[in-house]
Amino acid sequence: MNEHENTETTEAAEPREAFPAEVTARLEPDAKEIIGRYPRQRSALLPLLHLVQAEEGHVSKAGMRFCADQLDLTLAEVNAVATFYTMYRRRPGGDYQVGVCTNTLCAVMGGDEIFQSLKDHLEVGNSETTGDGKVTLEHVECNAACDFAPVVMVNWEFFDNQTPETARKLVDDLRLGNDVAPTRGPASLCTWKQASRVLAGFDDGRAGEGVQAAEPSLAGLRLARERGWSAPDPNDLPPREQGEEDAK
Amino acid sequence: MTTLTPILSKNWDRPDSFTLEGYQATGGYGALRTALGMDPDSIVDLVKKSGLRGRGGAGFPTGMKWGFLPADNPNPRYLVVNADESEPGTCKDIPLMLANPHALVEGVAIAAYAIRSSQAFIYVRGEVVHVVRRLRQAVADAQEAGLLGKDVLGSGFDLDVVVHAGAGAYICGEETALLDSLEGYRGQPRLKPPFPAVAGLYASPTVVNNVESIASVPSIVANGTEWFTSMGTEKSAGFGFFSLSGHVANPGQYEAPLGITLRELLDMAGGIRSGHQLKFWTPGGSSTPIFTDEHLDTPLDFESVGAAGSMLGTRALQIFDETTCVVRAVGRWIAFYAHESCGKCTPCREGNFWMVQVLDRLERGQGTEADLDKLLDICDNLLGRSFCALGDGATSPVMSSIKYFRQEYIDHVERGGCPFDHTKATLWGDQPTSTGGHQ
Repeated sequence: MNEHENTETTEAAEPREAFPAEVTARLEPDAKEIIGRYPRQRSALLPLLHLVQAEEGHVSKAGMRFCADQLDLTLAEVNAVATFYTMYRRRPGGDYQVGVCTNTLCAVMGGDEIFQSLKDHLEVGNSETTGDGKVTLEHVECNAACDFAPVVMVNWEFFDNQTPETARKLVDDLRLGNDVAPTRGPASLCTWKQASRVLAGFDDGRAGEGVQAAEPSLAGLRLARERGWSAPDPNDLPPREQGEEDAK
Repeated sequence: MTTLTPILSKNWDRPDSFTLEGYQATGGYGALRTALGMDPDSIVDLVKKSGLRGRGGAGFPTGMKWGFLPADNPNPRYLVVNADESEPGTCKDIPLMLANPHALVEGVAIAAYAIRSSQAFIYVRGEVVHVVRRLRQAVADAQEAGLLGKDVLGSGFDLDVVVHAGAGAYICGEETALLDSLEGYRGQPRLKPPFPAVAGLYASPTVVNNVESIASVPSIVANGTEWFTSMGTEKSAGFGFFSLSGHVANPGQYEAPLGITLRELLDMAGGIRSGHQLKFWTPGGSSTPIFTDEHLDTPLDFESVGAAGSMLGTRALQIFDETTCVVRAVGRWIAFYAHESCGKCTPCREGNFWMVQVLDRLERGQGTEADLDKLLDICDNLLGRSFCALGDGATSPVMSSIKYFRQEYIDHVERGGCPFDHTKATLWGDQPTSTGGHQ
């Protein structure tokens, strides 16, 4: 039931049961490296699932079989984990996953309008991919950038302070193959598969690219500098024990 | 008047703040050298004495957590950093790790040394690829410089640090679910006790701390407990990030002593956006009961916020003005909890599912006044009856919004629809001609 397929076809054909021998041979050293990071090998399962997603763009039965074989688990054990976590795609998607935050804060600030606008513009629904295979649109939960609302994530890189106009231009550029750079991230976007490989723990050498912080992250620091505020000087602490004791 | 105290953010305006050189140029890793010259137990005592309380929401004393590790357990000890920042509104750890990952790495080294652990993990949510890059680079550079790895700075102390990317599950911010996830399982919370200090990762003694808690440790070692307690209040010592988002003129990160008020913070952030008034806000993320303008002067420390009926949480101050429909806001939060409920316990799995149905029909104007009692009844079956804090947290926005804005729910019922124009609440809603495109 799980003989290797000879053809290179992936999406259109019957889902294959296992990776071709060439893929398995290529990924096995990576898998060993991941497993070697952990005191117990099962801890490697999440990064291994990112690794097989980097290979195929989603977590297929063949990918899960690969993880199971590496860790001496059953397919059911791997499937149970893969289906729990939302970052693992269950089916093929686009090169660029565009996620619009529609949790309360971003939704109120315009995330709902952005999401609706992109659905109309791309003529796709939630979790659907454009016909050219470039963009998968979805709404996402809070991505810890609320001071940059409304936020759009592409392949899990930040596109801060979006509007329906900027978001539509963003997806147009992605589909046309134009250069696109995240607000806080590398100098250019990598593909979904490349991003998945970083998450598996393989560096792409781009940590030094992009800003260290953008304006909202610096709002308090800039104000403190402007007003001459700083943390107390450890060598010149204000006397305050008295007041504290009295206050009790 | 309270003033800001940039400590963890003090070097963020250096373009190289995230590099080893940039961090060391502003004194970075000096505290690690100091710590390695101290007895590990005395560092635990120092952190206990500082009064540092967990910055991930619950506020448990960090030093006490370290002190709970049983001395007679022969298993390896583990330090796990909870970098799974996902609580709606919370946005402090991600910019910290992006701009200053070495503050965390130095804290990890000191904390691991203090608890006698030679294996640490940073469990970072997967949905922030550039943060994963920065963390991995920081760990690699620190290792290269002898600040991690074998025989740290010639002290004989060994420390291996692994950056582990999650895969999208809010529940993994719950410490025992995080441990299950790190062990390669579905991220579902464990029954406590035993607590992680006794049986955590691989059933070994484990300390799980939030990013900001661990990153605060180097400053305490460097500057002392008197310095730390000179900020904040007696029971809520020190400083922390206050993250302002939403309808404020200048949203962002404001690092200040605990006990600062929203009135003071709003003054610093330029106030509510021009021409509008504060309606409601969360003191510490969506799992903390909402506040209104009655609470502008409530000191934002653990005790005062608790006494006023909410929780300090993660100091995630989501600010909403009068253009915001509270029913819609709460409904969206509950949709989040329903989506993120792990399914392990019935009250949370079913309760959130049904609250979404009720809130949706209320928002559409198809609800009844009895729906409010229904919501409160579901909350009563959730709060204190769910397996972990996710279920408890979901009741916060529902119960508090009905407490402060019952009439607004009833208005939806009586008008047969939502009385608000949602586009007015958007970032561009105040512009004379709407740029909102589709409505």
